[in-house]
This record gives sequence, structure tokens and C-alpha cells, in this order.
Amino acid sequence: MKVAADSPPTLSALDRPNSYIGRSVPRPNLARLTQGRGQFVSDMTLPRMAHAAFVRSPHAHARIASIGTAAAKAAPGVIAVVTGAELSRVITPWVGVLTHLKGLKSAPQHAIAVERACWQGEATCAVVARTRAEAEDACELVEVEYEELPAVADPETALDAGTPVIHPELGDNLAFERVHVAGDPDRGLREADAVVETTFVFGRHTGVTNEPRAIVADWNPGEERLTVYHGTQAPHMMQNLFAKHLGLAEHQVRVVTKDVGGSFGIKVHTYADEMATVALAKLLKRPIKFVADRIESFVTDIHARDHRVTAKIGVKNDGTITAWDIDDLTGIGPYSVYPRTSGIEANQIVNLTGGPYTCPNYRARARVVFQNKNVMCQYRAVGHPIATAVTEGLVELAAARIGMDPLEIRRRNLIPDDAHPSSGPSGIKFEALSHHECLAHLDAMMNYAGLRAEQKRLRAQGIHRGIGFASFIEVTNPSAAFYGVGGAKISSQDGVTIKLDAQGAIICQTGVTEQGQGAEAVIAQVAASAFGVPIERVRVITGDTDNTPYGGGTWASRAAGIGGEAAWQAGKALRANVLGCAASILQATPNDLDIRDGAVVDRASGSERLPLAELARIAYFRPDTLPPGFQAELMATRHYVPRAWPFAFTNGIQASYLEVDIESGFVTLLGHWCVEDCGTVINPQLVDEQIRGGVVQGLGAALFEHCRYDERGQLTNGNMADYLVPMAAEMPDIEVGHVVTPTADSELGAKGAGEAGTAGAPGAVMNAINDALRPLGATPLTEMPFTPGRILEAVGKVGKSD
Amino acid sequence: MSERFHDVTVTVNGEEVRERVDARTTLVDFLREELGLTGSHVGCEHGVCGACSVRLDGAVVRGCLTLAVQCDGAHVDTIEGVSDTGEIADLQRAFVERNALQCGFCTPGMLLSAQELLAAGGVPGRATIRAHLSGNYCRCTGYQAIVDAVEAVAKARSGTTP
Amino acid sequence: MKPAPFAYAKARSVAHAIELLAHDDARLLAGGQSLIATLNMRLSHPALLVDLNGVAGLDRIASKNGHLELGALVRHAQAERSAEVARGAPLIALALPHIGHPAIRNRGTIGGSLAFADPAAELPACLVALAGELDISGANGQRTIRADDFFKGLFETALAPRDVLTAIRVPAATAETRVGFAEFARRHGDYAIVGLAACARAESKRLGDLRLAYFGVGATPVRARRAERALAEGDLGAAVGALAQDLDPPSDVHATGAVKTHLAGVLLRRVARQLGQPS
Repeated sequence: MKVAADSPPTLSALDRPNSYIGRSVPRPNLARLTQGRGQFVSDMTLPRMAHAAFVRSPHAHARIASIGTAAAKAAPGVIAVVTGAELSRVITPWVGVLTHLKGLKSAPQHAIAVERACWQGEATCAVVARTRAEAEDACELVEVEYEELPAVADPETALDAGTPVIHPELGDNLAFERVHVAGDPDRGLREADAVVETTFVFGRHTGVTNEPRAIVADWNPGEERLTVYHGTQAPHMMQNLFAKHLGLAEHQVRVVTKDVGGSFGIKVHTYADEMATVALAKLLKRPIKFVADRIESFVTDIHARDHRVTAKIGVKNDGTITAWDIDDLTGIGPYSVYPRTSGIEANQIVNLTGGPYTCPNYRARARVVFQNKNVMCQYRAVGHPIATAVTEGLVELAAARIGMDPLEIRRRNLIPDDAHPSSGPSGIKFEALSHHECLAHLDAMMNYAGLRAEQKRLRAQGIHRGIGFASFIEVTNPSAAFYGVGGAKISSQDGVTIKLDAQGAIICQTGVTEQGQGAEAVIAQVAASAFGVPIERVRVITGDTDNTPYGGGTWASRAAGIGGEAAWQAGKALRANVLGCAASILQATPNDLDIRDGAVVDRASGSERLPLAELARIAYFRPDTLPPGFQAELMATRHYVPRAWPFAFTNGIQASYLEVDIESGFVTLLGHWCVEDCGTVINPQLVDEQIRGGVVQGLGAALFEHCRYDERGQLTNGNMADYLVPMAAEMPDIEVGHVVTPTADSELGAKGAGEAGTAGAPGAVMNAINDALRPLGATPLTEMPFTPGRILEAVGKVGKSD
Repeated sequence: MSERFHDVTVTVNGEEVRERVDARTTLVDFLREELGLTGSHVGCEHGVCGACSVRLDGAVVRGCLTLAVQCDGAHVDTIEGVSDTGEIADLQRAFVERNALQCGFCTPGMLLSAQELLAAGGVPGRATIRAHLSGNYCRCTGYQAIVDAVEAVAKARSGTTP
Repeated sequence: MKPAPFAYAKARSVAHAIELLAHDDARLLAGGQSLIATLNMRLSHPALLVDLNGVAGLDRIASKNGHLELGALVRHAQAERSAEVARGAPLIALALPHIGHPAIRNRGTIGGSLAFADPAAELPACLVALAGELDISGANGQRTIRADDFFKGLFETALAPRDVLTAIRVPAATAETRVGFAEFARRHGDYAIVGLAACARAESKRLGDLRLAYFGVGATPVRARRAERALAEGDLGAAVGALAQDLDPPSDVHATGAVKTHLAGVLLRRVARQLGQPS
């Protein structure tokens, strides 16, 4: 990363006086959230705002024969009833493919289904009314005549000759296939002393963000401007897409995110319902609000994680892993989601399996097939939970087969800490990882030997506790390699603009966004440190395409690493500008000055020379007193994009300690540990809390969460009583430790941390359950979620069900 | 009278409010849409997530499972009112210090539920805190920071913090 | 999910409620913790909601004539706090903390839970285990029904459309009363996958009047009668074995019938231990 020529000599992040880097400073936006003064899009009202509700297909697959709207149009409060065909005159369809996923194909998707509904829950007609309740009343009066079609509801048979092809023009139901071979996996398996083969199955999940998806679209015909209040993670991406599909120029569109009640990837995608809402606003020339209610969220929020992976590992008696072989089958919905595509999750599984380990012999095949179920796309940790569970599951099955301790087999196979830069078996490139240091730290932190002794002692009393591990790697700080190279208008770079105000405070505007992880706080801490003011004098503006630099938003754990680096550079640049101005006021040399604690000071002695408020007063109100030819520039913008590495991989290791009640099949989570290396840590508390929140989502995956579809493509448990999200009573305390290996691709050296918890937790729990049950001769469990029923079957208390 | 629309008088955060309500309007929608008190949130509308928690005549209830029309003559306290009186200032401070909120959507319900537990007195253990908050969904924090904050306040209020 | 429109009336008395219930498609509103959720999801479209909450005198807890009487509008939280309930109906006291969460219990009522008769609910099984009775007022006067006769089918009770459940009555616990309660739920406060409410009278070498009422195993609470006979004589093994004949739980999204039957056996072992202790 080059250092800007106009910056003073670089200090390392830790050298700045009163630096906030590495400090757990409370987030500035929390107080108002504790007072109930958040401003979520779901809270918004605008003058003349109307509400949209959607008629949704009850069938997984059906031709729309006719739509009778007369009765609905006459219902109280109704402003408009709009079909897909009518709306398609206002908004164009889209196709979710990217060129770098070779062969990925998908059919055009409309904002409202036009000829066919392709999943249960897909919108088939929109009603706009004065109130949401009246819109729902009118939806019940819309008469849609459906002709049911056979539904493709089983990924295993989606490619069979006898299975209907959902989009005949595509030829078959195969959305994407990727095959990767590295090294000599056949030889690796032949040379193994033992080959373990098993099938892992992962239940479909959904995000269940506490605030459902919310959007208020406001088309002002007088200005010919569309303002969209949208709880999205990527406002500039949505600005581009709204403009593109409504036939507008980007500068006619403004996207504002406001507070977002949880996202985790759910709100980074393009949804038909939201596209329909903006189209309705343009059509009806008034603000339209749509908030997905919880029931419709379950059938329209993207799903994820629906994979079946058959897998093999070869291992020698000395613990050396000799080969990896996986075959992944995933069933998505009828469309690849736009614009990030539904091929990425499977692609990541091929990329990441075996990643932490030295064994180069690897064969992988991934197939993505269309189904008549809700659409699937990126959700927190995208593919990592599956790749990690598969890899780490195989590692511990191999260890058990040869009678080796699970940490020992890892010690013998994890890429050595001094072997970097290196690559994984799929060719992914690692700058610098710390697998062994993290393992050693975990071993000590959890008192592994003590837990093993406790496990042994309790086993003698018929109490079955298990310890399971998961080493992981995690993609963060993505470069253009993730999406841009495939043609997506998704920005991998980001920017921060910092301005000095008239009283000496700084206002930071940034393209990264906040959904609760603390992106605002991190930007504030970095800017305050780089520039030299107390954090109370920093204001951060995010989530507004009119008022921030062009950027990517927050996803793939990029806010701290990419947004933070831009803030660091911008802070340094503004400091240089301000010192230039101060030098001319003070008749001094800029290099002899610094900014600390809100004032220009003598660099050597630290004594105050000029308060920032005074400098601002002169620059803004008395520039007549500045030397001729000198123009103060009290605002600086810098951008950053990772260039040296396609992704900043982080690494870590997790452990789960649990107890299985073999009488009831219930699992009690006793403890969880995670050692995380995310490079420079800007705010330790925020990183730890991201890990904890992510771990709990992974624990939910392992034990509770599952979108259950029947053979007709009907979601049978789409409500919060039947789809089980983790609640407080079942979750353990989670201990987090850190190792720090900064990236050299930025001055701050910060990598991302938002998704690592979710990546490793399911695999660790699976391994712990199997560790608990192994002495009983139970068949290893490899199908998530690990429900009491599945555990009872594994220990033979209940017969196998079909 | 068996009517759809009813006049109700409700005391909300100490302020008497008179409105005509559609019988089907839930209390949380009434507070949010009619009175602009958007601090109480709607997360599920079937009583599971707890984001809509408000205090009705002194007890924490689900705002989505109570009808506004049932609250004629009742006292309702929302997060805004409870916050403005300073009743939960220590809880709010502890939540901020411990980062016991991320997106903030569950937080009003969490605070009201926690306050109801703490108002009973004593120093509940972590398992008791978790059990009491088991009806408040949080997707962001994983709950530990929330338990830490509530435990810290319980100890401080009972004078057992060193 | 907003409810479909309905009219609303506040009953002034039980008689007034019965009068209002003559309206076509009227439903009684008590705690609302089940009803309003179904209205929000448009699973039900009543034309009129008759609010019982204002009716005085339906929320009393009273001990009389060796019985504990609970008014239908007693809130779960109120019963949870009641020393009289703890003393007179320890089985109900054991069950109450399992009902939903504190906010649900602050509004939900004993009568509402019984009238709604969710197959996975705790109180219907408790009432069956306690051989309780229910007082009902209707268009044709008042009657009292035994718990064994009250629960008819899936969400179906002996209540006619114009009936109002006004109170329940259970024999007050004595020094010889033995109770046991256990349930399996995936998460604290969830509806049970399967649960067991049990009550008996300790006799010198056996359990007299043993009633084992399972919930979550069928449309209504189910008495495990063969298991009762075996356990009454102290044969726990035979009792557990008898469950395969006593119970035939249907599978649902949360567990298969086989898992429920197995868990029923595990519950029986746990409850049998509790029954061995004075309550």
C-alpha cells in the first residue's frame, strides 16, 4: 500500500498519541438505541405514504391463468391493485449471473411474477392501500386462478430425466457446476492407511433478522428523483440497480439506509418485493412503504445452507492427511439471486474445504440445482460453515479412526505458521495465518487437559460430555475478485471523507454501512486516531448515497479492514492539510507540528500551539489573514481497495464443550471458545461481540434451525414457534481469545471479524456430539440440525425413521 | 355496543391520550402509528420475539397480542417513557458499556423485561437471567453481553458490587 | 400480518357475555395470547370479539371445602405468585413456569388456556391429573364438568359457542398428596414436545388414585391407564413398557411419534421419582 506523498512520515497505528486503535470504546450511537430513539426504515412515515401488500402464491409451482382485481380495487382504502404484467411496463426483469462463475445460468426474474409462480410465497399481485391492514384485506379479494404444475422439491432428483425442467429455455435444472482437482487425490486415497467416507447434510436456514426487510420508496415527479429508504447493507449497489431497472440515471436515485435492525447478509440482496415497491412508487407518484411481516419473511428472505456433501478423507496412521474428496449438491430456488448470484455459496465450499491444512490432494465437485422453493443466497459466513464442518468433521473422524487426539492430528496437518505466504488445496492464497499459535492459545484457554479429565471422570458415572474443535479460515476484505471481476456493479473499494467543522470537530462520511456490528464506531476510532481529536468530537455519517463517497457498504467482513483503512488514510491526509494551514498561521514548519487531543501541538514537546477551533475560525471566517496564495483545504477524501491479496484470510479455532443426555437426546451446551486472528484489532469488545453473535448463529445451525419443506415444496415451519432460533436460556457463555497477524496490504493491518464465529461453531458442535457418543458405538451424526430425535436414533434408543 | 371503532382513553407514559381506534389495531401498532412512539418494535406479530414488549398497568406484556381497544382506562409505559423518567438509566448505561446491543431492535423489549426481573429485587444468577429473558429474541449479540449487563446492574442495585 | 376487521364488545358480566355470544361468529377474548396470534395470522376471522377482561369476580383464588378454586380470568403470573396455589395445587405451581415466558404469563389466563386446549399446553393435563372440574355458564344455565370429560378433540372442548368458562376447581393438596411434573421442550418456554402431569395419594405401600396425564401426545391430554396401574404398585419398568400401548402420538414438525413415545418413558421415570417425595 503506497503512502500518500502529502502525508507526514508514517507512524504505525499504535504510535499515534491517544490512539483509539485497540481500545474498547463504547459506540457513539448506542445511547439513543437504548432510549427507543432508533430510526429504522420500518418506523418511517412520509406525507401521503401508502402501504403495499402482496398476494402470494400458495403453490410451489403454478401457471397464473388469470387475476381478477375488480373486487380488490373496490375495497376500502385501496389505491391500486397491480399485476406483474402491469408492473413490468415500469421495471425490467433481471438475471442473477456473473461471468466468473463459468456456466452459471438463470432465467429472468420479474418484480412480480408474470406468467408463473415458481415458489410458494412468490408475489403474484400487489395491493397498495392507505394502511397495511386495508391492503391485506384487499389481498384476500384478489382472485388469482392458478393451474398447479409439478414442483421440483428434491435436489437429489432435480437433474433426473423424469423431473420437470423449471425453465425449459435453460435446458435443465443445473444452475452451476464446478469441478476442481489439485494434486493427486486418487493416489492420496490409495496411500492412506484409512479412508473415512461419510455424507454431511445441512438443513436450510434463514436469517430471521429481528427487524424484517423494510423499504419506503418515494418518487418525486417534480424533481424526477427517486429516494429510497431501504434497510440495505449496500446502498450504492441498490442505487445502481434501482436506476438500471427503472430506466433512470444513478444520480436520480438516492438510497438512505437509516438504522437497520439486523442483517447478516439477508439485506444485501435484491428482492422482487422491494423492486416492486420502488416500481409502484414510480407508477403511483407517491411514497410507498413495504415491510415484510414475519410470515412472509420466512418465505421470501433468502434461505441458505441447503447442502448435501458426500466426502472422503485419507489418513495415514501417523496422522498425515493424504487426500480430500467432496461432492456437494445444493438446491437453491428457481432463480439465482441478483446480483451476487446463488452460485457463490457452492463456489466457496469448493474454495475453502481443506483450506487450513497442508494436504494438497483435493478433488471437489459442486452442483447447484434449481428447485421450486424460496431463493437461496449469501447469508453470514457464506459457505464457510459447510466447508468448515465438512473439513473439520472429516479431520476428527480420521483422528478417531486412527486413535489420535483431535488436537494432535491438527498439529500434524495445519499449515505451519512460518510457511506463509501459502495456498490452500483449491488454490486460494494466504498472506499470513497463525493456525498453530491459535491452537496453542485455545488449548491453554479452555484447559483442554482438564476438560478431558473431567469428561473421563463423568463418563464413569454415565454422564456423556463431548469436546469438539473446528479450525477455520475466513474470507474478509474482499477485492474485486469476489464480484467485480464477474461484471457485478458491486464496489470493492471504499472511501471516507473527513471534514473539519467550524468548532474543531470532524465529520466523517463513509460508504461502509452500519447494521449493529459497530462500523460507525470503528470508523470514528480510526479517524480520531489518525487525525488527532478525542472521539467525542467525531461524527460519522453512513448509509446515504447522496452524502457519502462511492462505496460497497458492509458485507464479507469489510467495514473495518477496508472502510477503516480509508478512514486512516483520510485522517492522515486531513491532518497534513490542517498542519499545513497551522504552519502558515504559526509561521512554523508542518513537520514540527502534530494534532493531539483536538489541538495543534508542538510535535516534540506536545505543548499546545493552536486549538483546532481557532484554526477553523481563521480558515473559514478570516482567510484574509492567511498568506496570499495559501488556500486551506479542511476536507480530505481517501479511498482504499485491497490489491495485493484477493481476500484477507483470517484464521482461528473454536471448541465446543457439551453434554448429551442419551435418554432424551437433548444437548446442553456447557461452554464455547474461539481464538480468532483478524489482524489488527481496532475495538476488542466489538470484535469479541461479533464473534459471540456469530457463534450463536452457528449454534442455532447445529441444534435448532431448519427450514422444513415437504415434498410439494411447501415450507411447513415458517413461523417463530416452529423455526427455532437460539434464545438466551440454551446458549452458553463464549470465551474469546486473540492472536494478531496484521495484513501488510494496509497500514492499519486490520482484517475482518464479522463472520468467523458462524463459520466454525456448527462443526465444533458436531464434533463434540460425536466425541460424546463415540464410546457408545454410535454412528457419527453428520446431519444438521442435531435434534433430540436424531441423537436418539444414533444411540439406538429409537428406531430409524424414514 | 358491538362496533368496529371505539373511543379509548389511555394514559401513555403519563400522558392521557384520546383516540378512536379500529378494534383490530394491536397496542403496539397503536403506539407506533397513532402516537409516533416507534421505540416499541414489531418483530413477529405472534408473541414470540418480544420486540413489542411494553408495560401495561405495570406488567410487561406483548404489544402485538394486546388490542388497543382493550386499553381503555389503562396505563401504558413504553421504552420512551421509562427512559425519560430515568427509571432504567443504570441498565441503559450498563448496556452501552458492555455493548449489550448491536442493531438495537430487540433492546427496548430487552430493557423492559430486564427491569421487570430486577424490580423483584435480589441478585438473580445468570441462569435465572437467561430464563427470564428467554422470551426476548436477539440475533446480534448471542445474549452473553446482555446477561453480563443485567447481572452487573443487579449487583450494583443490591449493593454487592465491590 | 394484520387481523381481518372485527367488531368488539366489552362484557359487563358473565350474563352479558353470554348474550353477546349469541352474535354470529363471536369469540371470547380473555388473555388473548393464543387468540390474537391466530387473528394476526388470519387463521380465524370472527365477526365479533367479546372481551371478558372487565368482568369482575372471575379472577379470584379461593380455598373452600377442601378444594382450591381458581377463577377463569386468573392470570398465569397471578397464580405463579400465589401462596394459596403453591399450597393447594402444587402440581399447577410446578407447571406454571413452563407456560411461555413472563410477558405471556402476565396476560394469559387459566381459563383461556383450558378453553383453547392446545394439545401441547400444560394446564389441561394438570387439570386431568388433578381430577379437577370446570364451572361453565351458558345460555341454558350453569353446569360443572369433570376434566376427564372436558377435552374432546383437537382444540375442541365441551364448551358450546355461547358458553363461558368461569372457574376451575381441584381437590386441595393434603399431606398425602404426591405430584410430579416434567416436560421436554426444545427451548425454555416453548410448547412441550411431550409432557407429563401426575398426581396421586400416598398409601402405605402404593400410590392411590394415580393419574398420569400426558400432553403433546394427541389431540387432548391422554391418561396412560395401563402405566398408571403398573406404577401404582411400584413397577416402574412395567409402567414404562405399558406406554407403547397407552400412547400413540402422531408425528409433527418437532418430533416423530416414536421419539415422543420414547420421551414419554423418560418423563415417567423422572416423574416417578418426584411422586416418591411429599409435595
